[in-house]
Amino acid sequence: MKKIISQIYIWILLILLYSPLVFIAVFSFTEAKTLGNWTGFSMNLYRSLFTGNVSGGATLMDACRNTILIALAAAAVSTLLGTVSAIGIFNLKGRRKQTIQFLNNIPMLNPDIITGVSLFLLFVFLHISQGFLTVVLAHITFCTPYVVLNVMPKLSQMNPNIYEAALDLGATPMQAFWKVLVPQLRPGMLSGFILAFTMSLDDFAVTFFTRGTVGLETLSTYIYADARKGGLTPELRPLMTIIFLVVLVSLLFINLRNNRAAQKS
Amino acid sequence: MSENKPLENDVIIRLEHLSKSFSGKKVLDDINLDIRRGEFVTFLGPSGCGKTTTLRTIAGFNAADEGRVIMDGEDISALPPHLRPLNTVFQRYALFPHLDVYDNIAFGLKLKGVDSEEIDRRVRKMLKLVSMTDYEDRDVESLSGGQQQRVAIARALVNYPKVLLLDEPLAALDLKMRKDMQIELKEMHRKLGITFIYVTHDQEEALTLSDRIVVMSEGRIQQIGTPMDIYNEPQNSFVADFIGESNILNGTMIADREVSFIGHDFKCVDEGFGENVPVDVVVRPEDIYIMNKLEGAQFTAVVKSCTFKGVHYEMFVDTDSHNELMIQDYNAFEVGSTVGLIIRPEDIQVMKKERVENTFAGELVDSTHVSILGEEFECAPVSGIDEGTEVEVRAAFDRIDLLDHAEDGVTGGTVYMILYKGDHYHLTIRTDSDEFVYVDTNDVWDKGDIVGINILPQDLIVTARNGKEE
Repeated sequence: MKKIISQIYIWILLILLYSPLVFIAVFSFTEAKTLGNWTGFSMNLYRSLFTGNVSGGATLMDACRNTILIALAAAAVSTLLGTVSAIGIFNLKGRRKQTIQFLNNIPMLNPDIITGVSLFLLFVFLHISQGFLTVVLAHITFCTPYVVLNVMPKLSQMNPNIYEAALDLGATPMQAFWKVLVPQLRPGMLSGFILAFTMSLDDFAVTFFTRGTVGLETLSTYIYADARKGGLTPELRPLMTIIFLVVLVSLLFINLRNNRAAQKS
Repeated sequence: MSENKPLENDVIIRLEHLSKSFSGKKVLDDINLDIRRGEFVTFLGPSGCGKTTTLRTIAGFNAADEGRVIMDGEDISALPPHLRPLNTVFQRYALFPHLDVYDNIAFGLKLKGVDSEEIDRRVRKMLKLVSMTDYEDRDVESLSGGQQQRVAIARALVNYPKVLLLDEPLAALDLKMRKDMQIELKEMHRKLGITFIYVTHDQEEALTLSDRIVVMSEGRIQQIGTPMDIYNEPQNSFVADFIGESNILNGTMIADREVSFIGHDFKCVDEGFGENVPVDVVVRPEDIYIMNKLEGAQFTAVVKSCTFKGVHYEMFVDTDSHNELMIQDYNAFEVGSTVGLIIRPEDIQVMKKERVENTFAGELVDSTHVSILGEEFECAPVSGIDEGTEVEVRAAFDRIDLLDHAEDGVTGGTVYMILYKGDHYHLTIRTDSDEFVYVDTNDVWDKGDIVGINILPQDLIVTARNGKEE
C-alpha cells in the first residue's frame, strides 16, 4: 500500500513538472497561430525557424545569438574569476575567511530584481552607456559566486602539499597554477561554468535593467516583449523544444560519464 | 669539539639565528645549525617542536621572522622555493593525481626544458633506483602507500638536488613497510652522496638512519649529536626521556666523580659540576645489573612486575629507598623477590639541572598581590618594594597546587610533558599565558590534561628584580 502511494506521488510530481514541456513540444508540430489549436501535423514551424522566415523577422534569431554569446562570455569570465577567488578565499584563515565566504553568498540570495536595479543605478552613476557589454558585466557579477561555490569543495579535497610540490620541483607560481591546480580543480570549474551558463541563459530581471535602450534583445526579453504584443510568435514553440532537448541530452551525457567514472574507481 | 665546527666549504646549509612566530606563539627560537655536504641529518622531536617549520623554512615555503638560511655560502632566505636547488619529499606524498607515474617523475625535468631523450633516460634510472620499473604507466592513485612514496622520492631525486628534504616520509606506512623503506633510504643516501635532511618524531627511525640528530623541543634545539652521543650522553632530561627508555632521577653531585641518588652514593665519570650541586641523573634500564645474591650489590630492591618483551624482560623494582626503577635484562626475576643491583660508573649520565625552582617575571600590584602568568596572585606581605615595580617571583616545584578544573585555579594550563623521577612526577605545565610552570607531584596526570594552577601566598617568594635598569 505504502509502495503504491509513493508510486502515485512520484507520477503526479513528474506529470506536473513535465506536462507543460510536453505540451509545448507537441504543439511545435502544428502550424496554428494560437497555442492550443491543433491544425494537423506539420514541420513548418521548424522550417521557418531555421530559414529565418519568421513573422517577427530577424529579431528572434538575433535574440538567440545574443543570449548564447552573453552566456558564453559571462560563464567564461566568471569561471576564471571564480576559480582564482576560490583559491584566495581557501587560503585565508579564521574570521577573514568566514567574512569573505559570507559576502560571496549574499549575491546568490539577493533577489534578481534588486541586483538588476542596483547595477542599473551603478552604470548610470558611472556614466557607462548600457548595452551588450553591461549585460555581460552584470551576468559575470551574479555568476561568479556560483563558480566559487563549485570550486571550493575541490580545493578542500585536494592534498594541500600539491601546489608546494610543484613549486619545489621548479614551477613558478603561474606554472604551478596551470599545470597542477587547474587540472585538479577542473571538475569544479566545469560544473561552475555550466551553472553560470544556464544562470545567464535564463536571466530576465538583471538583463532587462542593464541592456539599455539600444534595442538589445535576449531570448527572455524578446519573449517578454512578444507576449505583451499579443500572443507568442509560433516559432518559439520549436525553439523551446530544441533548447529542452539540448539540455536533456547534455544532462544524460554528463550523468553517463559520471557513472562510468564512478565505476572505474 | 671539532665535530661541531666543520670546515667552511664543507658546510652546505647553515641556519643562522632562525626565529619564527605564528600568531604570537614562538615556533622557532634562535635555531643555529651547520649541515655538512653529504650528511644525513635528522630533526627529531614531538609534534609542535618546530622541526617541520625548520624544514619548510629551508625549502622556502615559509619565511623566518629573523635569521638567515645560507646554502653554499649564499644567503637564500629571500629566494622563492622554485629557485632553490633542493627538493622535498612530502609526508602525504603530494603526487599529482592527474599524471601517471612517469609524468610525475618527469615533471621537474620538463619544466627545466631538458630534452626528451635525457628525460627518458633519467626517469628510467630513477624508476630503477626505487624499484618501480614496471609501473611507469600506472595511475598514481592506484598505487599503495609505499609505492606512492617511492614515486615521490624518485620525483625529487630525478632533479639531482644538492639537498633532499624529507618531511616524515614514512609516517603513513605500516611498521614492516617502514623498516624496509628505512633500509632503502639509507642505501640511496650512501649510493647518491646527496645531503639528506630528514624530519621525524620516531626516535628509533632517527637513531637508525642519521649521521647526526638534532633533537628539538619548544622551538629550540635541545641537543645535536651522533645517534650514539644522543643516546648515551643526553644533555638534559628532555632528550633522555624522548630518546629510548630511561630512569631519570633527582640527584646531588657530592664531589667530582661522586653522585648521590635514590639514597645511595655512586661513583661516576662526570666532573666539574661543583660540590653538593643538585643534578638530574639518567640511567638506561639495560644498564642496571640485577642479580639474586645480595652481597656485593650497591643497593637492593623488591621486584614489582616482570614482563616479557620479546628479547628481554622489563621489570619494575621498588628500591630500598622506595624509588621505582625500570630494568631490562635477559633473565626474568620472580615478582616479590629481593634482588641486588649494581650501576657502573660509566653508565651513570649526570646532567646539569636546567632549573631548581620556578622563576616568573612579574609586577608588584600592592603589598600582598603580584601579577604573574597573566593573573594576580596573593602573596605574603612584601615590604621594601614599591607598588608597580617589576619583580622576580620564585616558587618551589612541590609548592604548586594543580586542580582538576581550570576555573578553580587562579590561572589554568595544560600538562605539556611528564617525567617520572623514581618517586614522584615532574610535570611541565603550559599556562594560558603561554609560559611554563614546573611542578613536582605524586598525583597522576595525563599529557594534555587541563588543570587549574594555585600557589599559596607563603610559597611565593618575591624579590626586586636586580636587572640592569636604565
